[in-house]
Amino acid sequence: MPTITYIQPDGTAEAMTVEDGTTLMRAAVTSGVDGIVGECGGQAMCATCHVYVRPEFAGRLPQIGDDEDEMLDCTTAERTDRSRLGCQISVDAGLDGIVVDVPADQV
Amino acid sequence: MSVVIVGGGQAGLQVADSLRAGGYADGIDIVADEPGIPYQRPPLSKDYLVPGKDAAPLPLRGPGFLAAKGITVHDGVAAVALERGSRQVVLSNGRRLGYGHLVLATGAANRHLACEGAGLPGIRGLRTLPDAQALHAELPRARNVVVIGAGFIGLEFAAAARAHGATVTVLEFAPRPMGRALSAVTAEWFAAAHVRMGVRLRLNEGIERFEAGPDGRVAAAVSTSGERYPADLVVAGIGVVPNDSLAAAAGLETANGIVVDEALRTSDPSVLAVGDCASFPNAHTGTRTRLESVQNATDQGRHAAGTIMGRTGAYLDLPWFWSVQGALRLQIAGLSAPGDQTIMAGDPDAGKFSVLCFRDGALAAVESVNAPADHIAARKLLAAGHGPTLEEAAARGFSLKAFGQAPASAGR
Ligand SMILES: Cc1cc2nc3c(=O)[nH]c(=O)nc-3n(C[C@H](O)[C@H](O)[C@H](O)COP(=O)(O)OP(=O)(O)OC[C@H]3O[C@@H](n4cnc5c(N)ncnc54)[C@H](O)[C@@H]3O)c2cc1C
Ligand code: FES
Repeated sequence: MPTITYIQPDGTAEAMTVEDGTTLMRAAVTSGVDGIVGECGGQAMCATCHVYVRPEFAGRLPQIGDDEDEMLDCTTAERTDRSRLGCQISVDAGLDGIVVDVPADQV
Repeated sequence: MSVVIVGGGQAGLQVADSLRAGGYADGIDIVADEPGIPYQRPPLSKDYLVPGKDAAPLPLRGPGFLAAKGITVHDGVAAVALERGSRQVVLSNGRRLGYGHLVLATGAANRHLACEGAGLPGIRGLRTLPDAQALHAELPRARNVVVIGAGFIGLEFAAAARAHGATVTVLEFAPRPMGRALSAVTAEWFAAAHVRMGVRLRLNEGIERFEAGPDGRVAAAVSTSGERYPADLVVAGIGVVPNDSLAAAAGLETANGIVVDEALRTSDPSVLAVGDCASFPNAHTGTRTRLESVQNATDQGRHAAGTIMGRTGAYLDLPWFWSVQGALRLQIAGLSAPGDQTIMAGDPDAGKFSVLCFRDGALAAVESVNAPADHIAARKLLAAGHGPTLEEAAARGFSLKAFGQAPASAGR
């Protein structure tokens, strides 16, 4: 089972182990990680699951889809080249140990 | 003095979360008649039912969050009476909880079909996790699915049933799908799109009665025009009724929902109501409204928490909504009304557009299809009162996304 670490803007880290295939959004919402809202339930329609993925994992991420790309233009916190929607990234063995930064604002 | 919240849904959980986020330090109890971890309803008619998608329920807040925040959820326990004189809630397990403030977040329940045969096995509603679990189990075997009511949930379910390969018939009494909530142009676009996806959409046709097969289960639906549709699974999506009987029995004012003021207080100022069960004065329409949406539940939850902590001010948040029907992704910002003037922006033939609804010369609502960036722009523009004029919107090549991002709109 892969692990995910969420880092808050103040530096606090929260690590968790999840079932294979769990999205970054679902894992965060389930354990109540502050700052990840997931308002639309994972439909790439709200951009409240915005995260910054640490660059060392970039090569292992799925491509950004058209819907995701459009929504990333609408995030509350600034979009950078590390920006992704947490609901569009399923974590499996290939992404084990992934570290993401939580933006200061989602809504 | 502690806060007791009746109802462990989207609105109730939000009240608790926002109280803690705002620094509220006394006890918070949530009385939730559904057993288990509080979950989100929207996925139940979407990913939960589509083959190959994630079928685990999505929690509203996990147990770790609730424990860390000191929020006690009494799950599987109903509030059976309110004793406002002594400020106590009586629970189905015999316990009593005292409160300083009480929040009613009791939601709504599915309206039931009243026609002949409506009680036959195989006829279901879709509101709760057990409803969705039953449909999740039955859908792969269903050959002929009949949906009663072309509202959001009915059409979402119809799209999921098509994805399972079933023959799907939708009976709708009204001339258009989603008629209460959508402009005519968007509703008609959706009607055509569902037909293209292979849904047999029967408008102006209601349900007359159901017939049973030899096994006692539903076998056919007979419509008001006498047509007989074979059916091994029927889902009724004919609207909801607010759960306001607890409030009414306690002498609180109700009228299609629990009546609240602009701060979301009931006729007893120590009792508030939020979400699907609350009838509130709507600043956007100037009428008393009851809305059934995640936005309404969460924003009212936040506002009620503020009211409890002594903040004053009216609830003014902009309504918004979404629905996913197969490949069709609908988002609505604001509330459209009959008689609105509509402008089409984008390309309906390519399935990516927004319909802008103008009332009294001002932008009042935007319905976006497969155009989430338009929707986000619409929410910001409507909330700020900075929407485009009718003339601007009617210009060739107008894009709401571009309008929202243009520097001019910031200084407007
Ligand atoms: C299948 C489905 C799909 C949806 N899709 C969307 C969507 O795509 N977008 C959107 O914006 N909205 C959608 N909605 C609507 C949205 O989910 C609701 O508006 C929202 O859940 C309302 O939250 P609530 O807390 O007011 O009510 P509820 O979620 O209904 O919660 C109320 C809870 O209170 C409990 N309760 C009632 N009486 C008592 C009592 N006396 N004691 C204890 N507990 C009690 C109920 O059992 C329930 O668990 C959907 C709804 C459904 C059913
Ligand atoms: S949860 Fe809404 S975009 Fe990811």
